[in-house]
Amino acid sequence: MAAQTVLQKLEILADAAKYDASCASSGTANKNSLGGKGIGSTEGMGICHAYAPDGRCISLLKILLTNHCVFDCHYCVNRKSSNVIRARFTPQEVVDLTLAFYRRNYIEGLFLSSGIVKNSNHTMEQIVEVARILREEHDFRGYIHLKTIPEADSEIVHQAGLYADRVSINVELPTDSGLTRLAPDKDARQIEGAMGKVKADLVEAKDAKKRFRHAPRFAPAGQSTQMIVGADAATDADIVGKASRLYDNFRLRRVYYSAFSPIPDASAVLPLKRPPLIREHRLYQSDWLMRFYGYKPSDVMQATEADGNLPLDIDPKLAWALKFREAFPVDVNRASKEQLLRVPGLGVKAVHKILVSRRHRTLRLDDVALLTQSIAKVRPFICTVDWRPITLTDRADLRSLLAPKTEQLELFAA
Amino acid sequence: MTALQHVKLGTYYVVHLPEPDDFDFWREQARALVQCAVPPDRVAWVEPGGSGDLFAHGERRAPAPPVDIRPVRANRRFLSLAKNAILHSDAERFALLYRLLWRLQTIPRIMEDKADPDLRRIEELDKNVRRDSHKMHAFVRFRLVESASVSEGPELGEHYVAWFEPEHHILRANAGFFMRRFSNMRWSILTPQGSLHWDTETMSEGPPAQRRDAPGGDSMEDLWRSYYASIFNPARLKVGAMLKEMPKKYWKNMPEAALIPELVAGAQKRESTMVEKGTLEFEERPETLEAIDKAIHACRKCPIGLLDSHAVMGEGPRDAAFMIVGEQPGDQEDQQGRPFVGPAGQLLDVHLEKVGIDRRVAYVTNTVKHFKYVQRGKRRLHQNPGAKEIDTCRWWIESERAIVQPKLVLAMGASAARGILGKTVSISKVRSTPIPLEDGSELWVTAHPSYLLRLDGRAREEQERLFDADLAAVKVRLEELTQ
Repeated sequence: MAAQTVLQKLEILADAAKYDASCASSGTANKNSLGGKGIGSTEGMGICHAYAPDGRCISLLKILLTNHCVFDCHYCVNRKSSNVIRARFTPQEVVDLTLAFYRRNYIEGLFLSSGIVKNSNHTMEQIVEVARILREEHDFRGYIHLKTIPEADSEIVHQAGLYADRVSINVELPTDSGLTRLAPDKDARQIEGAMGKVKADLVEAKDAKKRFRHAPRFAPAGQSTQMIVGADAATDADIVGKASRLYDNFRLRRVYYSAFSPIPDASAVLPLKRPPLIREHRLYQSDWLMRFYGYKPSDVMQATEADGNLPLDIDPKLAWALKFREAFPVDVNRASKEQLLRVPGLGVKAVHKILVSRRHRTLRLDDVALLTQSIAKVRPFICTVDWRPITLTDRADLRSLLAPKTEQLELFAA
Repeated sequence: MTALQHVKLGTYYVVHLPEPDDFDFWREQARALVQCAVPPDRVAWVEPGGSGDLFAHGERRAPAPPVDIRPVRANRRFLSLAKNAILHSDAERFALLYRLLWRLQTIPRIMEDKADPDLRRIEELDKNVRRDSHKMHAFVRFRLVESASVSEGPELGEHYVAWFEPEHHILRANAGFFMRRFSNMRWSILTPQGSLHWDTETMSEGPPAQRRDAPGGDSMEDLWRSYYASIFNPARLKVGAMLKEMPKKYWKNMPEAALIPELVAGAQKRESTMVEKGTLEFEERPETLEAIDKAIHACRKCPIGLLDSHAVMGEGPRDAAFMIVGEQPGDQEDQQGRPFVGPAGQLLDVHLEKVGIDRRVAYVTNTVKHFKYVQRGKRRLHQNPGAKEIDTCRWWIESERAIVQPKLVLAMGASAARGILGKTVSISKVRSTPIPLEDGSELWVTAHPSYLLRLDGRAREEQERLFDADLAAVKVRLEELTQ
């Protein structure tokens, strides 16, 4: 076979990387290229340089170093037994591509992952080598996200954290039994062990930074992970429980959910119907409720239906409110921030605006309407000086009144 | 009021701004006007090239502030909001800001009243400008121009030029962002309102530009377009979400956007081919062995099913506690339609008898149901099934296991082990120790008898000894399990 060109390799290795959901470039330390020799800056807010027709943002050059892999995980397009075309970049090729794209303002940086070649340590060393060349030889100050391999030595993973803004290790599946079945070469304890080590490194680096101004940074944008939704039988309650344990135990910045999607040359063990994308969306919503709205995992689990899954037609916050109607209506002029955050249709910003504005005026329904996206959704759950929902909150058909009309959506949803 | 002494009653003032984004000038003027107590409805603000000079006869000179200057109140929130909102293209922005400043003098906490209509309008302007700036950071696309002057050195010879059409007057305000990001690169951003040039040390401004002043292409754009097309997952088409964040008005200056219509149109087709290729639409699991027998004869899920061979069903008691799994039927099995009747089967019988296992109590089957072969003249030569084929056929062996529910499964050979475990294991590593299975039963792995057939002499003796030892261990364990 003729040698592959960079263009061919890029096609294969970007295609192989698209199942990683994360493309975040935010929340890292501020840095810029003033006074340096190279290019690059990160200023807090992430930037999405383009959007693909799948609605996902393209912020980073997201590629694999190689899609050769000795592992045989059924959900993965790059597994050993798959017949996809294989390709391999040299570290220098990845560096050149990253810099060329960055100079033209196509990307915020690099998200590098890899199939396992030879062994875990060798692969991890190659990944770290790319980051080293970028940082040390080219003084690149953009964003770097490195996927780390749980089976690699912790010393090499530590090295990755010194160059990268973010490191991540995928837990892959929400249950251990799912992992054993679908990723036979991976081990849940090893994955969590590696995440624990990264957490320890993060804590230590943060502590050192307090004492010594020039202490080396370790992954200032923290660590994240990803779970595949819909490839095994795990319910939303399982997934939410797992996610909250991960947040607690490993201080993750983000847990990403990736709805299992049909892959070329799929393994026979997988369900071949894809789960509705809306399920992934509901899980992200519940993730937001836990991170920004003060919901506990148990609250989200209470919002699930009998089968342990979140309802697909309404969002989890509304589902919770419909189940716990005794908590409503909430008086917007008196209620606490926590109570207001539970009102369906009131976001964090709207609650903030209400809290600030009510110091100056007693809010009427019209005032609230100005501060929120949709007063119709909020109305049954609040009272103002001139509005009381009276019977609305008790109506049995409230759900159907508030649930979005789905017929139109279905046409494109599936 | 003292200020009234300096302001003619009924006079209108017209303020001409030198630049549409000149906040400092606006601030000076507004301060003076407030000090002189000129109410908002008596001031007209005109930006360069703007009409809106309603008061043609207005006083062009700002009033002189009174001697006893009133302090003008403006808090930090107002200033940061005004500084950004003034970049908006709405001609009303100066007047709106002046009105808010005017009201701020008497209602000091107005900035906190989020329901106030003036404040809401200005916050909206601010939001639009911030969004426009953010999109500029994101969607500016530089193109490389190789400069002719070699004397400057290869690094400085590279010049990156972008053409961008912002909606608001944000160019100057965002110079810092691009400077901090690309400080060691020579670049220019050209817009219809003006241009910026950075030479790695100083920033300079230039006159408004046109699209044709910017380069028409770049050699990296092919790579970038192919990246854009490859990273897109056709199984997740969500055009609305894309349009919300990347409205069409930006597309014309982004090289990758030309691909979008084609990608969207091709997406459904790509997904369905992907699913079709990978799809194994197994319906409900069969509930009886007869149903499996019937179904495997019709199975064409993998290439083996398309060969001219017959499916061979397992045989043995429906409730056997012991299941023996081989690789696939051979030539003899295919002709007779029964498992393990060829040379390997005969050898298996010999060894079973030797350790004292009655084959009739076991359910004997294969992990792959069809005979895979290549034709050589009149002979059909055995071929090992591929990992994918084994995985595809797992559906059937799993269905058999679910019905028979054996307590102990003996997998003979690596293919059989993969059919049960879903991963490839090394026989020498896993033999002679049981592996617990999900349904509570246990798996023992040993060599396939046909492997013994291929050996001679010492090696064969050694392997037969190991094989017998495995069978003997299975017999002991089976007795424990069935007691």
